[in-house]
Amino acid sequence: MTGDLRDGRIVIVGASLAGLRAAETLREEGFTGSLTVVGDEPYPPYDRPPLSKQVLLGQVAADTTGLPMRRNPDAEWRLGVRASGLDGIGKRVMLADGESLPFDRLLIATGTRARPWPNPDEAALDGVFTLRTRDDAAGLAERLAAGPQRVLVIGGGFTGSEIASACRERGIEVTLAERGPAPLVGALGGTLSKLAAAMHRNHGVDLRCGVTVTALRGDSGGRFTGAELSDGSRVEADVCVVALGAVRNVEWLAEAGLAAGPRGVTCDAGCRAFDMYGIVTDDVFVAGDVSRFPHPLFDYQLLSLEHWGNAVAQAEVAAHNMVNRGPLRRPHLALPTFWSTQFGLNIKSVGVPTFSDHVAIAQGSLEERRLAMVYGYRGRVTAAVTVDMAKSLEYYRHLIETAAPFPPAPGAADRPMAAEIPVPSDVPDPKGLSHGPTVALTGHLPDRRLTVIQPSG
Amino acid sequence: MSADTLLERITDYANRADPYPLYAELREAGPVVRQADGSYLVGSYHEITALLHNPQISADPRNLPGPAQKARKPPFLRLDDPEHHRLRTLAMRPFGPPHSPGRIDTMRGQITELTEELLDELRDRPQIDIVDDFAYPLPVTVICRLLGVPREDEPLFREWSNAVVASADVRPDLDTTEQDGAGDQARIDMGMYLLNLAEQRRGHPTDDMLSAFINEPDPALRLTPEELAETGVLLLIAGHETTVNLITNGVLTLLRHPDQLDRLRGEPDLLPRAVEELLRYEPPVHMRQRTPLVDMDIAGTTIAKGTSVVLALASGNRDPKRFHDPDRFDPTRQDNEHLGFGSGIHLCYGAPLARIEAHAALGALIPRLSTARLVQDPPPYRQNAMLRGPRHLPIEMRQSA
Amino acid sequence: MRIVVDLTRCQGYAQCVFLAPKVFQLHGEEGLLYSPAVPDDQLERVREATAACPVQAILLGEEVSPDDR
Repeated sequence: MTGDLRDGRIVIVGASLAGLRAAETLREEGFTGSLTVVGDEPYPPYDRPPLSKQVLLGQVAADTTGLPMRRNPDAEWRLGVRASGLDGIGKRVMLADGESLPFDRLLIATGTRARPWPNPDEAALDGVFTLRTRDDAAGLAERLAAGPQRVLVIGGGFTGSEIASACRERGIEVTLAERGPAPLVGALGGTLSKLAAAMHRNHGVDLRCGVTVTALRGDSGGRFTGAELSDGSRVEADVCVVALGAVRNVEWLAEAGLAAGPRGVTCDAGCRAFDMYGIVTDDVFVAGDVSRFPHPLFDYQLLSLEHWGNAVAQAEVAAHNMVNRGPLRRPHLALPTFWSTQFGLNIKSVGVPTFSDHVAIAQGSLEERRLAMVYGYRGRVTAAVTVDMAKSLEYYRHLIETAAPFPPAPGAADRPMAAEIPVPSDVPDPKGLSHGPTVALTGHLPDRRLTVIQPSG
Repeated sequence: MSADTLLERITDYANRADPYPLYAELREAGPVVRQADGSYLVGSYHEITALLHNPQISADPRNLPGPAQKARKPPFLRLDDPEHHRLRTLAMRPFGPPHSPGRIDTMRGQITELTEELLDELRDRPQIDIVDDFAYPLPVTVICRLLGVPREDEPLFREWSNAVVASADVRPDLDTTEQDGAGDQARIDMGMYLLNLAEQRRGHPTDDMLSAFINEPDPALRLTPEELAETGVLLLIAGHETTVNLITNGVLTLLRHPDQLDRLRGEPDLLPRAVEELLRYEPPVHMRQRTPLVDMDIAGTTIAKGTSVVLALASGNRDPKRFHDPDRFDPTRQDNEHLGFGSGIHLCYGAPLARIEAHAALGALIPRLSTARLVQDPPPYRQNAMLRGPRHLPIEMRQSA
Repeated sequence: MRIVVDLTRCQGYAQCVFLAPKVFQLHGEEGLLYSPAVPDDQLERVREATAACPVQAILLGEEVSPDDR
């Protein structure tokens, strides 16, 4: 019975990390049929994390982050063309150039794009950027190399913080505006966000929290000149980076009858997409940032992740399940894991920090800027974040996987006094932030009303 | 035989040449195996890596009961964080990243030259001892240059080194009081010697690590004299006592696997992977000792605070639950996360130097080994079970043309 | 040739920085930055770094070239 699954036509929509790793895995798993990968950008798969780090620091050109292959997936690459629709009954993917691709099985890996500045005229000003693609990074890196007077970063999530860090390292003045009380608070909670705020200020970032940017201003030539803030102040700057999080690329699925919505395309633990009635499909799979999947360690809530490691792990599971049946299929159970390098600190996270009520510093200290922070929910460990202590993360991963009691047992030689006093994790409602968490819990079941998209007029 | 004598049998000199069947017996007996003296032995890969990352596990011998509690403060190799981190970071400043990222890379040329010189001297000899003629002199010379120790003092520090290494061994069969005393004294003497060398460079820095340590301008980044002595002793000993085993085990393993030797001769690009496979298959360091800081559960066994727990890294490297066909030497092995240099915060400080030395040494030797033959198999081993390697490795270099 | 480092796995052992310091560098004490495009004269060093990584997080390979299947 597996013979036919190893043959036939597979289409992967999305030619980034998840799409590439899925294509390779399909071949590793013995798929011999035709394989087509569709990508809306004209470039072969490239790596995005360096775009906000090495590329903005000027160490690496934006067009050199092409991803290496594990093996040649022997695929037809349809690059520079967007998928515009999906006919689930006729089993075809419609392309923006009018063509359509028939498939036996489909993998949706369309990822996310940067959330644009809401006012299109202001967003169109010369000097206003978002940062998601290679072209975005090339344009921004060029402006930074030209030595702007000041860069305004809107949004204090990981991307916004990394941009501010890169600017300061290059000696460029930066203002960062964040609607919430501190940078990274949405992802890491109160305690670590205070460390993040201190790092910004110590490195000379003009950090403005609790404010929103109300308008972007330009001169008569259409060049960005500054912004108005909600506290009545004005920031003069010649470059603006809008870092307000990501939007899932699901619009092309509006008529597809899938459980696709602003939080992504809902799928089961085996990466099979749900349709809009909550019935699981068997020929449409989902992987990467665009997916929304249940995780048993977090009360089976549906997770939406924007994590590099999740894209890889989920693509591998999806590909495996596309060429295997029934009991041979695997669940995607990988723990969310994330990293960020900013202001000379290496921040790594495992589990879901927002799925917490309390935190405790289990090793190290905030003063040393070297620590392991453990997150607990109702008396069990659900996440850990290390700052310059990555070798410890594996231990805490094990605690999460085994639902170990929180606060974690004593014994570490570098355990601070503070470990005995857990404090509230202080994770705010993401609605009050200009940056969202890169990992979000989004409820339990695919709900029709929540997930149907209104095609925009 | 009963599993509670495994550590005794592993450390028994009679089993030095081939401890691997005992490691298999250990893994069969369970993830954590109690020994007759109340200590524990851990031989499976996943338990070892978990313990090496567990902050409740101490590397500090002063947390063990008995005479070790009164011992001097050990070097960072056997300290816990945060003190371990502080000292290792300071020791790293003149050696590697982030402060000196290119330091070891710049030694490649010297190491290659030295290798060629040593091999040239051996060219016309019908028989050589890989240990005394090559695998020992190479790393000793390298570490001497790196630290700033006169090479001609080797006979002097060799004796200290032997005493320190012997006292660091696991000897469940022996009363080690005398050995430990001799080891402590050697550490003190060797430390004084190195401190003295460093003092001579105060204000007159030469391009070596002792100079860097003693002339560090920032008091917050400066080692105290005691720390400098302990760190120097650690680096000088670890810098050659382990690399000699890596190179020697490499030659021995390649001569035992002529097909792989042939393959490496044809595909020199495989050498880095082959060295990693050697580190898995015949690691220079076989065991490390640890102890829990609190009563803790390891794989279902409760182990009391202060109990000696010996982690058999070399056994973890042969665990079939982690490595496919683990008893096969396969230089093309993928996904080779071996424990040859340990894991976690104590991962071998000098690993990059050992690798570069092994690449240079084996890379230069491999083309010359095509007609070589082991004179004695197994070769005679050193007493030490923790730092396991041949004492001599005589090989016959038949002249092909 | 291109590299990508799985920084989810990376634990900051910095073995790659020692072995190929022109390609890999530490940012702070343990954050890793690297040049994804490997110059030919660094390839041997990058091979060493790839083999040496204690968590096997470095992938060295060819970039996708869409035209040759």
